[in-house]
Amino acid sequence: MNPITPANTHAQSASYPKTAPPLGPERPVAWPKRTVRTLPNGLQVVLAESHTFPKIGAQLFFRSGNAVVAHRSPGLAEMTATVVRTGTASRSSRWIEEHLRRMGADLGSHAGADNSAISISGLAEFSDGLLELVADLARNASFPDDEFERERRQRFEELRIERTTPGFLASERLRRVLFGRHPYAIIAPTAEQVADYQREQLLDFYRQHYVPADALLLIVGDFAIDAMFEQVEKVFGSWKAPQPEAPKFPAPPHHVGRHVHLVHLPGTVQTQVVLGNLAITRRDPDWYRVVLANAIYGGAFHSRLVLNIREQKGYTYSPRSGFNPLRQYGYFSVNAAVRNDVVAATLTEMFYEMDRMRSVPVTPEELDSARNYLTGVFSLGVATQDGLLGQLATVYLDRLLEGYLETYRERIRALEAQDVVAAARRHFDSANAQIIVVGDRAQVAEQAALFGPVTEYDTQGNQVSG
Amino acid sequence: MRIAAQDGAEIFQGRFSLKKLHIPIEHMTLANGLRVVASPDRSAPVVTVGVYYQIGFRLEPRGRSGFAHLFEHMMFQGSENAGKMEHIRLINSSGGLLNGTTHYDITNYFESVPSNALERVLWLEADRMRALKVDDENLRNQRDVVKEEVRVNVMNQPYGGFPWLDLPPVAFRNWPNAHNFYGDFADLDAATLGDVRNFFHTYYSPNNAVLLMLGDFDAAEAFSLAKRYFEDIPASPLPPRADVTEPPQTEERFGEVPEKFGPLPAIAIGYTFPPRSSEEWYAAGIVDRVLHGGRAGRVHHRLVLEKQIAVEADGSADAIDANGPTQMVTRIFHKPEFTSEETIREFDNIVREVREQEISADELDSVKTKLRADYYSMLEGGMGSHMPRFGLMHYLACFTLFDGNPDRVNTVLDGFLEVTAARAQAVAQKYLVPHNRAVVARRPVAMGGAQ
Repeated sequence: MNPITPANTHAQSASYPKTAPPLGPERPVAWPKRTVRTLPNGLQVVLAESHTFPKIGAQLFFRSGNAVVAHRSPGLAEMTATVVRTGTASRSSRWIEEHLRRMGADLGSHAGADNSAISISGLAEFSDGLLELVADLARNASFPDDEFERERRQRFEELRIERTTPGFLASERLRRVLFGRHPYAIIAPTAEQVADYQREQLLDFYRQHYVPADALLLIVGDFAIDAMFEQVEKVFGSWKAPQPEAPKFPAPPHHVGRHVHLVHLPGTVQTQVVLGNLAITRRDPDWYRVVLANAIYGGAFHSRLVLNIREQKGYTYSPRSGFNPLRQYGYFSVNAAVRNDVVAATLTEMFYEMDRMRSVPVTPEELDSARNYLTGVFSLGVATQDGLLGQLATVYLDRLLEGYLETYRERIRALEAQDVVAAARRHFDSANAQIIVVGDRAQVAEQAALFGPVTEYDTQGNQVSG
Repeated sequence: MRIAAQDGAEIFQGRFSLKKLHIPIEHMTLANGLRVVASPDRSAPVVTVGVYYQIGFRLEPRGRSGFAHLFEHMMFQGSENAGKMEHIRLINSSGGLLNGTTHYDITNYFESVPSNALERVLWLEADRMRALKVDDENLRNQRDVVKEEVRVNVMNQPYGGFPWLDLPPVAFRNWPNAHNFYGDFADLDAATLGDVRNFFHTYYSPNNAVLLMLGDFDAAEAFSLAKRYFEDIPASPLPPRADVTEPPQTEERFGEVPEKFGPLPAIAIGYTFPPRSSEEWYAAGIVDRVLHGGRAGRVHHRLVLEKQIAVEADGSADAIDANGPTQMVTRIFHKPEFTSEETIREFDNIVREVREQEISADELDSVKTKLRADYYSMLEGGMGSHMPRFGLMHYLACFTLFDGNPDRVNTVLDGFLEVTAARAQAVAQKYLVPHNRAVVARRPVAMGGAQ
């Protein structure tokens, strides 16, 4: 160790307190006025008032995403969502985009594995128009041929870029490996699959899945709940369509032993290292425990992994770990972009810290710190309109217990060190973790092979060896 | 059309009634020159605190490219009473998040925490303004971390650094504006603890900074806490303001950068912006929004939707947070079957139309409405959903440090909303000209571009 050099001091002050001031008494979270109602057609409506800025944000969710079409047309739900915004029975793409700007609005339409969504945010003074546009897109989208062809080509080019991006390649491979034949395995289509999309398939998906039964509409912002609910009934009330059948998916594989999956990206000056294992959803009773364990392991700036491989060893800029909950299954992942010569050293530390979580109870200080971290960050997360919208989406989309938001902080505070060890033993599956390495074979293959049998892939997702 | 400026006034623009937002602001200057700005809001039990120093990568020492950013990392490595990781531990364990960022003309350090941690945050920020305490090992460690940051964001990413690192060396001639802000690795390696000490003493003094507090507190109490922790940090003389002006540009400027990973050619076109807060600055802000700002903007509409030359095209101008030469930048990713010349020619047609024809009243109104909505969104968030009022803090800091007037956060919008079509056209005619612009092409190596 080097001696500490003289302080770079503007001035020493004898009176300056040497220790941090204690925290003051905590103020309770101010829960916004909110209402939850279900229309006769099945659309669940959640409205929450937030008057600090004259804006509103709305999200309309359908509980069908890319997973339901993955076996025949991967990414079709995403392509459907992309084209939804480009025309309705009475409106052109150009009119829609200009209308949005006139209302100070941004529109998004996307699909993930489990859901498709139309999101809008804009000035509160245009609330009626914003809602009416969302309804028109959800009910009367026309899927113009030329817009579809243009979006298809754009998707094709985006995919080419994604296939040169280390973070994307690592996520893609991890999901493939963890989920096997389950549709969560696929996060993006191939170029050929995009070329095969037919307009009629998009329309079919839209007719079947963009329906009010089992849909969810969230609106947060500067409005009065009663007036907003009236408006919601007016534009969505007459909408009727049957609920699609719930699909059945094959189970993900059971993983035994560590295995290395190397994606060869030539010429890289850094290696993306990811490891992961199947884990749980938010509905699992262990959810709060794994969230707490993750905050101590690698989910916060002040976590063991960040302290170890960033602040002590300088291997990486932004290491992070997290539990990723999807509707049917979840998975745990640990991620770092590191310089090429420390790939093996990084994996060693990632596993060391996982095993330490599994075997030695965390200290009272760490426990207290992590509980405070999670409850405080939760308060920050509901303090803006966007944040509140996101939290409400989590609760209502996953059908979490009524009161989830209101009780989250006390549930976290009630956890003890034995909860953390128990959760780590169950859900940090160090012995059977799957290891993904995205980098230049010549730089990293030997280091990766120290951790298990290696299978190699090219950037197109093809297996080239192993 | 004139927009009324009274607070809370109902004003009418076209047929829509506009609600005018007024942000409460109180400010004072401590005896040591530290400016303190507070914006109380009791709606949620959280506060966001920031300290902004008026030093950024524009003024880092020559031969030390990337130093302002490396130094920002050092500010998390320990101060007199809070050693390495203590700062981070104390914020996280108080339920908060923290970070810092380096810009052209400012470096900021900020925290969002439950409001019961306000005093603790002020103690930490004052401690590191008072006395940074770092050693060689900290410097070596953060040099490694910064190199991985540059790799993950620039060298190992398709289109990394495009165009924010590509354009300045082509557009500008004065080193402060034109060098590599993330830093050459040789320069990062050359940085010493002596450099860290000098930089701290030269720029990180209270009279070169502003403290911002936003959220759940009583303003009088917050000012009193600010005095208790910050007021006895002595001021120090600041170096004379460096000359960052650019020599007059007389020709169009071009550059090329090889794209190592990405498959598509990309082009960035930057027009140097009018001087801060001039009449032309506001008008150029409107022109920027006519050209850019999503799918309704003329650039995206023409190049992506109508002509389908580009896969993605948009742009922006960092007007409010720059205090020296800056550009309005258009970014275009075009299809490989079009040449960059063809792409630029179509872009030039769009620019010519803005110069030759006044924009319609409808388009002007629409652009202003979107500008207002985006401004509110920025004030409320601006840094993900877990840093409440980050954007308000950021703008308050810029208006305080650059203009000496935090209240501009409530009036700057009026300046944009007053711009007429004729003024927008005039500024386009003067500024959207070849001898005021720089063009950089990213050529994919895979397509046989420059090695």
